[in-house]
Amino acid sequence: MSELEIQVAAGVDTAGGAKTAGRGRVTAVEVIAGLLAALLIIAAIAPRLLAPGDPLAIDPRAAFGAPSWTHWFGTDESGRDIYTRVVDGAHDSLLIGLTATVIGLGLGAILGVIAGTLGAAVDFTVNRFLEVLFAFPGLLLALLFILVFGPGPGSAIVAVGLSTAPGYARIIRAQLIRVRSSAFVEAATVQGLSRRRILTRHILPNTLAPLLVLGTLGVGQAIVWAAALSYLGLGAQPPAAEWGAMLSAGRTYITSAWWMSFFPGLFIVLTAVCATALGRSIERRMRHA
Amino acid sequence: MTPADQLTTGRPRPEVALTVQNLRVGFGAPSAEDAVRGVSFEVRAGECLAIVGESGSGKSVTARSILGLAGAGARVRADELTLAGESVLGLTEPAWRRRRGRDVGLVLQDALASLDPLRPIHREIGDSLRLHTRLDATERSRRVLEVLDAVGLPDPHLYAGRRSGELSGGQRQRALIAAALVLDPPLLVADEPTTALDVTVQAQVLTLLQRVRSEGTAIVLISHDLAVVSRIADRIVVMHDGRIVETGTTAEVLGNGRHSETRRMLAAVPVDKPRGARLAPATETRPAGPALVADRPAVPADPRNRATPAVPLVAPAAPPATPGAGLALEAVGLSKTFRGPHGTIHQAVDNVSFRLQRGSTLGIVGESGSGKTTTARLALALTAADAGEVRLLNEPWSTLPERDRRARRPLMGAVYQDVLASFDPRLNVREILQQAVTGPASAGRARGRRSSAARRGEAARVGSLLDEVGLASGLLERRPADLSGGQRQRVGIARALASRPQVLICDEPVSALDVSVQAQVLDLLDELQRELSLSLLFISHDLGVIQHVSDEVAVMHDGRIVETGTAAEVFTAPAHPYTRALLAAVPRLI
Amino acid sequence: MADQLTRARLGGLGRRLAGAVFVLWAVATVTFFAVRMIPGDPAEAILGGPGSQTSPEALAAVRAEYGLDQPLLLQYLHQLGRLATGDLGQSYALNMDVGPLVVSQLGGTLVLALLSLTVAWLIALLLATWSTGRGRLARQIGSGLEIVAAALPHFWLATTLIVVFSIWWGVLPPISTADARGLVLPVVTLAIPLAGFLGQVMRESLTAALESPFVLSARARGESERGVLWRHALRHAALPAIGLSGWAFGSLISGAVVVETIFARPGLGRTLLNAVTVRDVPVVIGVVMIVALVYILMTVLTDLASRLADPRPTTSGTGAGA
Repeated sequence: MSELEIQVAAGVDTAGGAKTAGRGRVTAVEVIAGLLAALLIIAAIAPRLLAPGDPLAIDPRAAFGAPSWTHWFGTDESGRDIYTRVVDGAHDSLLIGLTATVIGLGLGAILGVIAGTLGAAVDFTVNRFLEVLFAFPGLLLALLFILVFGPGPGSAIVAVGLSTAPGYARIIRAQLIRVRSSAFVEAATVQGLSRRRILTRHILPNTLAPLLVLGTLGVGQAIVWAAALSYLGLGAQPPAAEWGAMLSAGRTYITSAWWMSFFPGLFIVLTAVCATALGRSIERRMRHA
Repeated sequence: MTPADQLTTGRPRPEVALTVQNLRVGFGAPSAEDAVRGVSFEVRAGECLAIVGESGSGKSVTARSILGLAGAGARVRADELTLAGESVLGLTEPAWRRRRGRDVGLVLQDALASLDPLRPIHREIGDSLRLHTRLDATERSRRVLEVLDAVGLPDPHLYAGRRSGELSGGQRQRALIAAALVLDPPLLVADEPTTALDVTVQAQVLTLLQRVRSEGTAIVLISHDLAVVSRIADRIVVMHDGRIVETGTTAEVLGNGRHSETRRMLAAVPVDKPRGARLAPATETRPAGPALVADRPAVPADPRNRATPAVPLVAPAAPPATPGAGLALEAVGLSKTFRGPHGTIHQAVDNVSFRLQRGSTLGIVGESGSGKTTTARLALALTAADAGEVRLLNEPWSTLPERDRRARRPLMGAVYQDVLASFDPRLNVREILQQAVTGPASAGRARGRRSSAARRGEAARVGSLLDEVGLASGLLERRPADLSGGQRQRVGIARALASRPQVLICDEPVSALDVSVQAQVLDLLDELQRELSLSLLFISHDLGVIQHVSDEVAVMHDGRIVETGTAAEVFTAPAHPYTRALLAAVPRLI
Repeated sequence: MADQLTRARLGGLGRRLAGAVFVLWAVATVTFFAVRMIPGDPAEAILGGPGSQTSPEALAAVRAEYGLDQPLLLQYLHQLGRLATGDLGQSYALNMDVGPLVVSQLGGTLVLALLSLTVAWLIALLLATWSTGRGRLARQIGSGLEIVAAALPHFWLATTLIVVFSIWWGVLPPISTADARGLVLPVVTLAIPLAGFLGQVMRESLTAALESPFVLSARARGESERGVLWRHALRHAALPAIGLSGWAFGSLISGAVVVETIFARPGLGRTLLNAVTVRDVPVVIGVVMIVALVYILMTVLTDLASRLADPRPTTSGTGAGA
């Protein structure tokens, strides 16, 4: 099991609950999540639009300032504005999360499709391989990877991608097997379609259709894990405005300046919740499309 | 007096078990139209009232309102609703709870899901006693065994500790009835109590209900099946669109039904209707059909001799064949085993042989687990047989490697029970039919290289297929999920016909449909068979359907064919005891 | 029939055991070869890293001591042999045997994980039962709380709890002391996100159970809403969450890395993080092996528990590891 598999399984209920909400109607949750996602993307692409200040501007007189009208989220030990830095950090954090997700999803899709299409022996082997990976629960696989390749943002990305891949692989394999044994694939066989054509026209499109949902649901988890590695000093390093690194830097001053770690973390949570909500909503819409 | 003799406890019964006056039930917004609109009836002690209607007629909502279980969002109003002599209008939930189980019991359709799969049945049955009586555990368990014995569950001591999943369909349904009867309520509401059951088990359950009624319990029986209710109902109420359209004694309604809905339902029952006789009004078979269809006589005097249309809709791939002109499909000594969950071996099909004559219909009938679906899959060469061979048009079929068989696959089409699942959910009707028309022919060709003329030809063919099955071309852009059950099955038939097959394998093609829709689809298959000289292998659990569609019949039981013959022979003079038992159990309109 | 069933069950148990041994072997192999891919000379690492000016003689001595001068395959087989006898080797950094070190740290982490699992179960159950059958608003609130809880990172939740409960209110210690009060914040930190995941699964099955025909049957018997919940629906809701407990345990151990570090609590997680930071390879391998072992044991236990709670024959495994 993986976090993602639970989210996917639980999504079924949301779809059931949405029966009353109607197909095309946009729910309040979707509006809020959509707005939030738009703001996060703007922050990642053009941070100056939301926070015109300089994230690196030092102002020793304003050090350790509590949240106020001039500094919404307070200031850090060098007097840098936390709000500006949080907005600025969206770029790194989202990029790390997205890249890790793409790696995990890509690896997972390859493994899952290989297991589902190349016969029982390959399926067996891939399954045992996944079982072994699952025996390194959560961050353990990422930690092992970092032990071998050393800490750093690049390592953290690959490490998180690698530790999420088994979950993706199992979901995709299960989906592929479900599609492969479905009645419509049998109907295509009866029509006399070749195996290759059934694979490319029916099995793969239906297997890979949920990738968007999986990716959206997974981005939140990837950002949380990457931030955890940064927090532990194994990913992005403190001068960077990446959220996990900012939290890690704020750890030292936790007794006097809680805002230094609170606001970067809050944005990690918001991003993750936003990703889950959007993933669920896409899933529901695809189901009813 | 032994417990098995008596279901009841001798509790005094009110003369009128239930009175319903002008019942209205609505859901959702107050402005929305009610699901039940002004229903009135009365049930007396020892009487069985059947409420009959097709899906969406409001019969189940009516049944649930009697128990105050129409649902959280339901608005239930009535002029009178009297249960066991007391008005239950506007009762609070706790007051309802005191009456449910004690004054009225409920039996649902699917006993597997209607008994908690995690709890042994004696607990499920004992719950009513725990809730409504002060009996202690020993007395409760004695009464549970007593009632299990009374409903005819063999060896109650052994079975009481089992869960619903460990019982057979019939045992389960008996346990469910026992749970509803344990407090001996004056009224039993049974909502489709036999629908998912095999015909022999269905007969047993109906006999049990008959006994319950004869001992003074009033029964409200909800069903879509007129033939089933005719066996035990004293009076019948026909519902349509939330209203009662006809009411009377069973004999009156069956023999002299006046309302069009009643007559439609009666006409649609296929049992005892000769081969080729229409089941649905002619206009319904191909509602959107072309002029050609309308030109034909609506009800041909003798459908066997009816002339084929002057201009055939589709030129058959082979010259029209007449029955007896050779074998369309032949199976010789087919066997297939499956491995069970604990290393057990299950012989699904055992030495099955049959012959399907060209242009005729072979019906294979059997109960669940008889191996008929495996036989269909073997005929389609979707699974390899352990032994035996299937030959198609006197040439090898099942023995070919799939690669070689693919070229011959267009000769054989298939129509499925769960037709929705047989469509790729990403495709709309046009794409489904286009793919079927193109078929394997273009397998080697790149998609974009087909000439525009070929593509126009395909589009025309898709259009003519829709006409053939009586669907409007407006449905082309819709997805099957958005169509009705009958429309879906028509699309399924159109897809099967796309490659101009000579043999059609139909596996329970009408089992999921309402009886009037079933009638239309059966009529359609019959017409298509004659127009296109199709040979049909028709598989069904429903003896009525099989009798209606088949020229020859094979009866399957436990993986073997126990009897074959012409439809007339098998249905009028069955030789095998199993066939006789099966036929005796078939509910017929009296 | 009964005999056949017993044999089938025994066969299943045998397969499980074989699977567990296979996974342990594979974990050992993966870690062994992964660690060999670390750039640099392990002997140097043992003597304090590449920067420390060590004599070639000292390096040679260390290589001989740790068997690093032998061919890789031989080293691998030695390693397997040692692992099979429970010998996890010597720590590079701490100059002590890894086996006793890891075992001494295991207890604290197990206590933390088991307590967190229990608390998470309670929170998830309370939230799911409170918010089902109370209308749409309650359901959406419950579902929203679960999604937020599942998205909470341990490190942020821990620091926020410390700020509120230790620094502002001063009611609970910010570092994990030996007494029960010191356990509260770490346990809550681990339990809340997990409760979010468990709750999502429970709600799904609870909703399905409440809409099932057997619940309608129970209501038709006169069963109250509370009776329906306790006698029928909750058992069905608990089943998938029980099946998840193996996974949950693994994720708790992973979370312990962060939580033990923040609350300065001795345990496997902190040991692992320190070892990764200073590249103490034998300790990393030791911790990974122990975690894999505990994880596999937990999935087996979970499976047994699932089977006890749901005696229906399953068509497939729960899919949770070996």
